[in-house]
Amino acid sequence: MQLYLPIADLPVNVFLVLAMGAAVGFVSGMFGIGGGFLMTPLLIFIGITPAVAVASVASHIAASSFSGALAYWRRRAIDPALASVLLSGGVTGTALGVWTFTQLRALGQLDLMIALSYVVLLTTVGSLMFSEGLRALMRTRRGAVPPRRTHNWIHGLPLKMRFKRSKIYLSVIPVVIVGIVIGFIGAIMGIGGGFILVPIMIYVLRVPTSTVIGTSMVLTLVTMLFATLLHAVTNHLVDAVLALILMVGGVTGAQFGARAGQKIRGEQLRLLLGLLILSVGVRFAIELVIEPADLFTIRELGVSG
Amino acid sequence: MRAALAVLLVLLLGSVARAERLIVSVSNHRVTVTPNYSGEELVLFGSVEKDASTPVDRRTYDLVVTVMGPRADMVTRRKERTFGIWINTDYRQFLEVPSYLALFANRSFEAITSPEIARRQQIGLNNVLLTQRVSGDYADVVPNDVFRSAFIRLRTQRGLYREDPSAVTFLTPTLFRTGIPLPAEVPIGTYEVEIKLFADGAFIGKTETAFEIVKVGFEQFVATTARQNGLIYGLVTAAMALMTGWMASIVFRKD
Repeated sequence: MQLYLPIADLPVNVFLVLAMGAAVGFVSGMFGIGGGFLMTPLLIFIGITPAVAVASVASHIAASSFSGALAYWRRRAIDPALASVLLSGGVTGTALGVWTFTQLRALGQLDLMIALSYVVLLTTVGSLMFSEGLRALMRTRRGAVPPRRTHNWIHGLPLKMRFKRSKIYLSVIPVVIVGIVIGFIGAIMGIGGGFILVPIMIYVLRVPTSTVIGTSMVLTLVTMLFATLLHAVTNHLVDAVLALILMVGGVTGAQFGARAGQKIRGEQLRLLLGLLILSVGVRFAIELVIEPADLFTIRELGVSG
Repeated sequence: MRAALAVLLVLLLGSVARAERLIVSVSNHRVTVTPNYSGEELVLFGSVEKDASTPVDRRTYDLVVTVMGPRADMVTRRKERTFGIWINTDYRQFLEVPSYLALFANRSFEAITSPEIARRQQIGLNNVLLTQRVSGDYADVVPNDVFRSAFIRLRTQRGLYREDPSAVTFLTPTLFRTGIPLPAEVPIGTYEVEIKLFADGAFIGKTETAFEIVKVGFEQFVATTARQNGLIYGLVTAAMALMTGWMASIVFRKD
């Protein structure tokens, strides 16, 4: 069944988009991430312009992280204080990101920047996660104890604050910075940033695993809602019809993914996720390096008169 | 004597220009783009009406149909390898060029008329005026210019520009028809159709008609709202996201 997308201005097969939403939802449910880093490339792949893909995926991620956040809220696995400090940075970062997005689009370098950020971010995070997962897997094979967590320089920063639910005493500076960075890259790349945020919170900020996913979902939710709003106001690129199909597919797929994820061990999950992220990054890298089939592109600046 | 000749000449020319009349009609003057729109073909019908002043020996005609969609400004960009990766470097602005452009004829443009007349009457994609901004000046360039030819090639690939010198068929020596294929990604707006009549290589007259392509219903509503009320549109989309997420958490609640 063909459906005409009003903003993307092209017809798509509803079932194809629904299936894509479900597949990405499955992966996101399995790993507890938003899945934007898979969704945006897939949409670009079926012919939707990177700009529309990035803007529309934001609302899709908002939907899936909201259902996730609700579940974590019921289990009291969200740290409201930590979430609000993260958010103060996140909202600023998102605004900066959408502004940069608009500037790059005017310069004709948006597609390149999206591709470049995917390459840099995904290959780095992917290989880190993959090697970490591999090491963890070896350790469990050998039956060794994981290395004890120690405090680092981050914990020596001033402006400390007590986050009760997470039971940590931490400076707000790194938290706000993390929020800004995640908000910024999320708005430009059309990702929630969960797959970067969660490791940072665990390894750098030392947030306990009990509150980390729930709290990161709150950040994702609010920054993505804000990004949807800003993209709609400044660039008019949010395709609500596309977003709705993705959301329906995504939230359904996520439920099955979550169940599948519980059957796999943590280290194996991280290994798989690292591999997945890495392959998306490599795919973008290959596209940048090989000579494009067509050196020319056209962009319509809108109907005049 | 000279004045009389001039009058005679004017009369002659006038009679040549008015010797044939073109009567045309499009199968649909208002094409609606609905959610399940995936391209369409319009049909243009017409006939060449002769009158008393038509030369008796004139039996065959040639026709060129030009369909032009709403005009828009566009930018063509060229990628170049810089530091090992391909990035957009050079660009050319195309100003008020048709977003859809189709040229149809009953036989090859070369056979219909001379290159000189073809250029003047903008017959063929190579001859249609595409205004560009070239180093501060507004002009069209030679047909084999890299940006111009890339522009036409890309538009053609998307089915938005086309030329087909065999699309017009004469059902009788004076009655003709042609199909106007509209791709799925058709630009919305008013389309002008120009029908030019040729005989023995000479341009002898033209007529115009038009049709419009509109988005209707939900499509139209979504597209206009997004453009005109960005904030409300964004808020509604955000609310929709929250609703979907909330419903999912209820439907799939485990406890």
